[in-house]
Amino acid sequence: MADTIVAEKKEASFSFGKKERKLLSDPLNDNNPITVQVLGICSALAVTTLFNKALVMSIAVVFVTMFASFFTSLLRNSIPKQVRMIVQLVIIAFLVTVVELTLKAFAYPMYKDLSVFIGLIITNCIVMGRLEAFAMANTPYKSLLDGIGNGIGYGVILLIVAAIREIFGKGSIGGIKLIGPSNEFLIDTTTSSIFGWYEPNNLMVLFPSAMFVIGALIWAHRAWNKKLVDIS
Amino acid sequence: MHSTNKVLFFVLAMTTIVALVLSSLFYGLQGRVKINEEVYNKKATLSAIQTKLPKSLDEMTNEEILEIFNNQITQIVIDSKGNEMKPAEVEALGYGGDTAEKLDMSKEKKKPLENRAWPFYKYAADDGQNYYILAVRGNGLWDEIWGYLALESDLKTIAGASFDHKGETPGLGAEIKDNKQFQKNFIGTQIMDANGDYAGVLVRKGGAKNKKYEVDGITGATITADGVTDMIADGIKGYAPYLSGLTN
Repeated sequence: MADTIVAEKKEASFSFGKKERKLLSDPLNDNNPITVQVLGICSALAVTTLFNKALVMSIAVVFVTMFASFFTSLLRNSIPKQVRMIVQLVIIAFLVTVVELTLKAFAYPMYKDLSVFIGLIITNCIVMGRLEAFAMANTPYKSLLDGIGNGIGYGVILLIVAAIREIFGKGSIGGIKLIGPSNEFLIDTTTSSIFGWYEPNNLMVLFPSAMFVIGALIWAHRAWNKKLVDIS
Repeated sequence: MHSTNKVLFFVLAMTTIVALVLSSLFYGLQGRVKINEEVYNKKATLSAIQTKLPKSLDEMTNEEILEIFNNQITQIVIDSKGNEMKPAEVEALGYGGDTAEKLDMSKEKKKPLENRAWPFYKYAADDGQNYYILAVRGNGLWDEIWGYLALESDLKTIAGASFDHKGETPGLGAEIKDNKQFQKNFIGTQIMDANGDYAGVLVRKGGAKNKKYEVDGITGATITADGVTDMIADGIKGYAPYLSGLTN
């Protein structure tokens, strides 16, 4: 039986020690899915125009990575090797459909805003990557933590990019209007004497700006965390 | 190696479970989804007449929107010759209903102008006036754009407009939806030209010359803006026979 993994000695240990903490914190820094592994970039470009959009997307991805890892790990010893990938895809697609239906029922305008990108979580490399690399060989509890960690690692970058793009592109954050050319904004540039020169940067609203911002983030991350410099 | 039977069994069992869970979830949530869809579309229609509503659309609950639609809106479907269509005729179009809101403008747009059906809404506002809402649809730079125009009771002055799009560039063409000032500029313009012919409203690059018939264009979005001009002109052409019939 080449394809059944030898059962671990302590299958059900739910302790939260150093190892488990590392599962959660590693993807946030040393092994971040976006800035280090450069996975899941496509959706990071598309949904980061507004902070709220990125927030919902992040929550959706955390949900999917966490449960996809958990279920795959639960089934890992009984999944036939020949259809391994298909089974993983079914699990991911199942979870994404659940997210889509939930959004449709409880946050319809947000569902319309995110349009196809919720469905495209299925093809997000982070999810399947973690299933193959981790969940197929580890216990459900550890896989769950790894899923959460990677989901959050992705989400944090998404939120940073979205915050930068919304603040400089639209002068607002999460819909709260900060600076712009009308009286709805906290600082009205048409009347303010100090900020009269300010104009929102239209480039930030366009897709290429996400490229620049993510690029800058990768650079900043490596400058700050010397461990990463020689990896690639 | 797993035997073929085992693989088959595993796959069948798994897909059955997934299918069962998903379909029950789908049917369980279907009621809510339907209401959400309905309210979303009704909100889009009402967004053209926002200034005449008792309160802002964002603050309204689903129930309040449904209530306005039930009590203050009359829905009529008209053809391009100016006749009101009977419920049975509307039903025959195959959109699963006999009211104006059921019309699929995207499909109607593909028909020649003289064969199209148009939704027409009459809104009896709290101020005692009647307002009329027209739906228009056209092409932007990348994909479809659409919008709603609200007319004053004189049937030629625009009381409000709202636009939406499928895939215009954020910050450029998408401004027809995101830039509220662009939509506000339509208020007070005339869909009739100086000779009294139905013409539409011109979105002019570089700024409106005559604020009675034109609105300011959007920098960097000339094609989308031209799309708005054409869309309104086409729509007004379709509504013109009915509007002139109402005016006389």
